[in-house]
Amino acid sequence: MHPAPSVIIFTTLSGLGFGLLFFLGLGQPAVTGMVAFVFYALAFGLACGGLLASTFHLGHPERAWRALTQWKSSWLSREGVCAVGALIVMGLYAIGAVFIDSQWALLGWIGAALSLATVFTTSMIYTQLKTIPRWNMELTPVMFLSFSLAGGALLAGAESLAPWLLAIAGAVQLAYWAKGDKALEASGTNLGTATGLGGRGSVRAFEPPHTGSNYLLREFVHVVGRKHAHKLRMIAFVLGFALPLLLILTPVQGFVIKHVFAALAVLSHLAGVATSRWLFFAQAEHVVGLYYGKR
Amino acid sequence: MTELPNSTDRKMGLVIDLDTCVGCHACVISCKGWNTENYGAPLSDQNPYGSDPSGTFLNRVHSYEVQPEQGHAQLIHFPKSCLHCEDAPCVTVCPTGASYKRVEDGIVLVNEDHCIGCGLCAWSCPYGARELDLAEGVMKKCTLCVDRIYNENLPEVDRIPSCVRTCPAGARHFGDLGDPDSDVSKLVAERGGMDLMPEMGTKPVNKYLPPRPKDTIEEEIDILAPLLAPVAEEPQGFMGWLDKALDKLPGGAN
Repeated sequence: MHPAPSVIIFTTLSGLGFGLLFFLGLGQPAVTGMVAFVFYALAFGLACGGLLASTFHLGHPERAWRALTQWKSSWLSREGVCAVGALIVMGLYAIGAVFIDSQWALLGWIGAALSLATVFTTSMIYTQLKTIPRWNMELTPVMFLSFSLAGGALLAGAESLAPWLLAIAGAVQLAYWAKGDKALEASGTNLGTATGLGGRGSVRAFEPPHTGSNYLLREFVHVVGRKHAHKLRMIAFVLGFALPLLLILTPVQGFVIKHVFAALAVLSHLAGVATSRWLFFAQAEHVVGLYYGKR
Repeated sequence: MTELPNSTDRKMGLVIDLDTCVGCHACVISCKGWNTENYGAPLSDQNPYGSDPSGTFLNRVHSYEVQPEQGHAQLIHFPKSCLHCEDAPCVTVCPTGASYKRVEDGIVLVNEDHCIGCGLCAWSCPYGARELDLAEGVMKKCTLCVDRIYNENLPEVDRIPSCVRTCPAGARHFGDLGDPDSDVSKLVAERGGMDLMPEMGTKPVNKYLPPRPKDTIEEEIDILAPLLAPVAEEPQGFMGWLDKALDKLPGGAN
């Protein structure tokens, strides 16, 4: 799949933002006033920035509101509904925390649930696609949720939870790569089933329909950078999980140095998740590539 | 809107004969010609006379080589367009309701006024049947020439999809695949019509007729055989001497 920057930015930032909103909704940290303002500004900035980025790849962004109408059948629509709901509910909750110095617990729980639901529905947009075996696995939503929770805990400063959630997310990442590498073969789809000619012998793409490229090849067949996949996986794993874990487990004294370490952990995690998300798209093989003798 | 109908009154679709298709691409051109100036937005081209031309097409013809375990390889031309699936994933993934399947004839269409151009329907299609038009920013796909097949302004002979009307080899057939007594259904039953990627669970309406087995002429008596000089397995005479002499040169025999 073509790794479109808009979608990578969207899933990375909004995953982190909604992860933070989840913890804020549960009252962790139970902040009010100016401190709360900083936390909510960060969470909304990430979540909304991500959502805005996702509209950049639309052919007609001005019609985006229509995407809220088909929640009965479409995961993309459900994601839109959950995202808008989470932002409204958490917005109200934030007003209480920042300006009135009060925490409306019930509202917070609903907001937390909607935030997590947004991440889940985002992941289901990819998971539902049988055409991309590497995404069509139970591990895909597990990966999106575990990344979001780990990043959220890191940003929320949940010192006791963050190391565990980071470790879990790292393990899920490794499992996802191991299983994903076998997904296309395990799906049973090949040029033989694609053309229905597999029973007659070995099928080879002899001549493409056009000498030039087309939308399908640009969108679905991305091979540039796959050769560096192994190195990028190392980078993603180290930056995303190993280094942040090391940084927050290092015993340091003093308010400033502690915050510097935490900020470094967050930035490292963000860079790692963005790399992992780039690989998520770049390594995904769409079965339509088979018709062109490509992956 | 994007929920699929439980059933459709008819299942209009195409039957494509891989035995007959000669790979001339006439269907590709007639499709582009008709559909760029009729239903919906035109099918744009990008950089058509430049070094890297590309454009939106609703029908493309691939060519495949099939090598059986024994015998000669076979070249098969393979036209591919929307299969108007019964369980069309492109319809249910649409967030806006722009993508829909008609109850009356099963044709899958896009309401271009509601399409936001997110591309998810193209992602969900295993067949590459949908292409986002770069000039218009909306999704384009085969309409089964919905503006021809019911068009009473056209002579009756033209009320079939443009690709079917154009095919010079008679490799494309159009009809109701939901009616077991229709000509296309009989053709599918007779020739063993097949689905593409049945494991995807899309239940395509369009069917492909597999190539017929090749004739074999082994063991038959060739009336010209006595007139043709037999090919010697081992060279004799002067050629035999030359063969041996060349073998003796350094690097000769292999």
